[in-house]
Amino acid sequence: MPRGLSPPGLLFAALGLVALALPFATLRANRIVAGEGVFLWDAAGPGVVAVALAAMIAGLALGLQAARPWWRLGGSLLGLAGLVLVLSRGAGRLLEGAGDLARVSPAAGFWCLLLVLMMLMADALSTLRPGPRLRLVLLAAVLGALALVLTSGALSELSIMQEYRARAEGFRRAAIRHVALAFGSLGAAAAIGFPLGILCHRRARLRGAAIPVLSFLQTIPSLAMFGIMIPVLAWVAATVPGAAEIGIAGIGFAPAFLALLLYSLLPVVANTVAGLNATPPAAVEAARGMGMTDRQRLWGIELPLALPVMLAGLRIVLVQNIGLAVIAGLIGGGGFGTFVFQGLNQTASDLILLGALPTVVLALVSAIVMDILVDFARRTPKRESA
Amino acid sequence: MIEIDSITKVYGGTTVVDAVSMTIETGTITVIVGTSGSGKTTLLRMINRLVEPTSGSVRINGEATSDIAPHLLRRRIGYAIQGHGLFPHHSVGRNIAAVPRLLGWPKDKIAARVDELLALFGMEPGAFRDRFPAELSGGQQQRVGVARALASRPDLLLMDEPFGALDPIIRARAQADLREIHQKLGSTIVLVTHDMEEAIRLADRVGVMDGGKLVQHGPPEEIVARPANGFVAEMVGDAERPMRLLSLIPVRGLVEDGAAPGEPLRDDASLRDALSECLWTGRDAVPVTRDGAVIGRVTLNAIRTRVGRHA
Amino acid sequence: MTAGAVLRAALSLLLVALVVWPQAFAPVFAPFAPEGGPVIYDRVSLLSLSLNHLMLVAAASSLATLVAVTLAIAVTRPAGAAFRPLSRTITNVGQTFPPVAVLALAVPVLGFGAGPTLVALFLYGLLPIFENAMTALSTLPPRTMEAARGMGMGRFQRLWQVELPLAAPVILAGIRLSVVIALGTATIGSTVAARTLGEVIIAGLLTNNTAFVLQGGLIVGLFAVLIYDALTLLERRIARRAGASRRG
Repeated sequence: MPRGLSPPGLLFAALGLVALALPFATLRANRIVAGEGVFLWDAAGPGVVAVALAAMIAGLALGLQAARPWWRLGGSLLGLAGLVLVLSRGAGRLLEGAGDLARVSPAAGFWCLLLVLMMLMADALSTLRPGPRLRLVLLAAVLGALALVLTSGALSELSIMQEYRARAEGFRRAAIRHVALAFGSLGAAAAIGFPLGILCHRRARLRGAAIPVLSFLQTIPSLAMFGIMIPVLAWVAATVPGAAEIGIAGIGFAPAFLALLLYSLLPVVANTVAGLNATPPAAVEAARGMGMTDRQRLWGIELPLALPVMLAGLRIVLVQNIGLAVIAGLIGGGGFGTFVFQGLNQTASDLILLGALPTVVLALVSAIVMDILVDFARRTPKRESA
Repeated sequence: MIEIDSITKVYGGTTVVDAVSMTIETGTITVIVGTSGSGKTTLLRMINRLVEPTSGSVRINGEATSDIAPHLLRRRIGYAIQGHGLFPHHSVGRNIAAVPRLLGWPKDKIAARVDELLALFGMEPGAFRDRFPAELSGGQQQRVGVARALASRPDLLLMDEPFGALDPIIRARAQADLREIHQKLGSTIVLVTHDMEEAIRLADRVGVMDGGKLVQHGPPEEIVARPANGFVAEMVGDAERPMRLLSLIPVRGLVEDGAAPGEPLRDDASLRDALSECLWTGRDAVPVTRDGAVIGRVTLNAIRTRVGRHA
Repeated sequence: MTAGAVLRAALSLLLVALVVWPQAFAPVFAPFAPEGGPVIYDRVSLLSLSLNHLMLVAAASSLATLVAVTLAIAVTRPAGAAFRPLSRTITNVGQTFPPVAVLALAVPVLGFGAGPTLVALFLYGLLPIFENAMTALSTLPPRTMEAARGMGMGRFQRLWQVELPLAAPVILAGIRLSVVIALGTATIGSTVAARTLGEVIIAGLLTNNTAFVLQGGLIVGLFAVLIYDALTLLERRIARRAGASRRG
């Protein structure tokens, strides 16, 4: 292999060239029926295609530079720009004369190119290893660009955006509900799990009882867990006075929230225990020996040292809950899952995407932000002065 | 003065410390030596109530420790441990300031004290104050650990194998520093170690523990010269006893009039140094100086006779 | 230990009874069924659903194990080193993809039925196995590896006789995680028309029949817990052997 060529870059270039030859978009007579594939060179005007193709090929070529990760990162961004360009210019052109109900969606070629370019970006970033601040800036820039593309109307002719416009209000509600489920259960899990974890750290017997029970809960398949919550909460609503008034019912928000909470406890408790166990024993002994009270030791020494591991537990929970909250759509709990399961029922792929894509983006962004927070928690003591 | 009065600790039927009594004079260094499992660390930890005694009592300057809330008692007593126990997320300055902060000292007084201690331990305050423990060498970490234990000017300093994690050269340096600092500050120190060499080098009084009992307690010369039983003798090391003893006696006591050839020794050198000088250079006597002037000599014969007195 | 064994046996018996002889549990589930509605799911035999469910998981998990371990071996060889940071990133990022979303995203490409479920289970199952296998193979005790090289073992001998046996417990932990996720995701697979036990729960949700929901949930839950438990036991046994051979 010639020196200076990145082996992953070669793989991406090969995969990218194959993907260029796959159908780039699908044109369908309406939102349900099967459509016909449109290749990249027919997807937009010749000028646009030439520019976009040049951008993508140049991007993949930049990705070959083993010694220059910044070039590889730039290459992935250039390629992505080309991809968005075809999509935004192509959709309107394809719809011309195709009928009022006709729909255009990205097809295998688009998704494969997107995947290849994202992997190129990931590869460049894993070599660059940017610090938390830079990662935050990069994330903000990417999200800003995404928001700009979506709000500019450049993609408004795409089928998924039409699905969105048809239910913009429902989408807003679903988004709020999804976030409320995922973050609300995260907050509740932290409020219960951190104190429980601290108790488990101090009492071996409690730890021996709590951890197996929580791992047992974690094992139960999500659909079963959500389902079992229904009769449980219906019973609570019927028997506990006042429960029904505050909105507890067998279906909807409450069972979904409780199911997510139960799944969340293990990572929070286990990571709290692990973090506290990892505090250097000599430091804890010294803290006791110099006359710190239990509380001073906990807040001043043990918790700050355990914080990164505890935050890593929250990261697991958040990502897991954003994914699991989709199931809430099956039990009337709302959230993006509503669109996913409606889409599956109607065999409307773009409606499925309208539910699945925001979930994936939300999970990814949350994971990145939490990773950045964990990094900050690891680093801040280095900068803080006495 | 610290009076330990038949203190006992029983863990689930096993007596770890068995009716130990000892009196520790103010301003002295007492070193407690024993093998692992001898109960020496438990004895030390009962002084600041990290371990509650099963029976018996400890009085510090006449006041029973059981009358003071444990955390308040510990704030009055310095405590340094093996592996230093520094807080990895706090700067050196904040580590040293830990006890003064607990005691609620004003900020400027704490800052001044931190700088004073860093200077005392030979660490430039401006350069070290804001560093983190992970950025220091092992010897520096250990010095910060001792400085932290001394921060609130405690009358009593407890040290649990404080030099255990150091390599031999740094350890010797740390021991010398401790003696020097002790002379400057005059605090009472109780130190636990498994190393008899360290005990003999540092102690005013040595306590030897075995199986939870204090088997001998006295000045180092006495421990070396007249071990109370076979265990103490073994700890001292039978073959090394003459050398250990010689290392405890300064040459000034054996100086006699007369001349000797070759390089002189200072009068505060030990007889062990004098003997090794004689053997190494093939001389029968070495000249001895005080403040640069020769005051006499010490002879091989005199050393032999001095050792013979204990045989 | 004996209490655990008794519990294990009792739960296994309960599970077999629930699957093979569901009618016996009609009195238990009756209070949860709507008035006059069916109590026990009988559109398809629970046994065939269970077998289908388990076959799907077994097929996806064994395929995922094969591919993931092969990939992990590849990137831990010197020739594959260039792919290591990338593969680490992909596993990290990939695992933030919700399993349900992977399942849903497979439908537009592959259509409905067992196919997309199998693909989603396989793809998602790769990640934990690959991650664990890569970690295990790249953090082997260096002295043991040095000794293996020093005594003249070839690369393949080292891989088969030293690296894989030592890495086995950690790899198995990855497989266990993967299987548990697959069991859960296969349940949701019934929303894309795969014939799995999720069908019972979904039928219950659609007809407001809590008896179905409980019945399906109980069976799937018991399968998951018992399989997880069995794999944990297996892992412990292998870890003991790896530990023993390491000492000996």
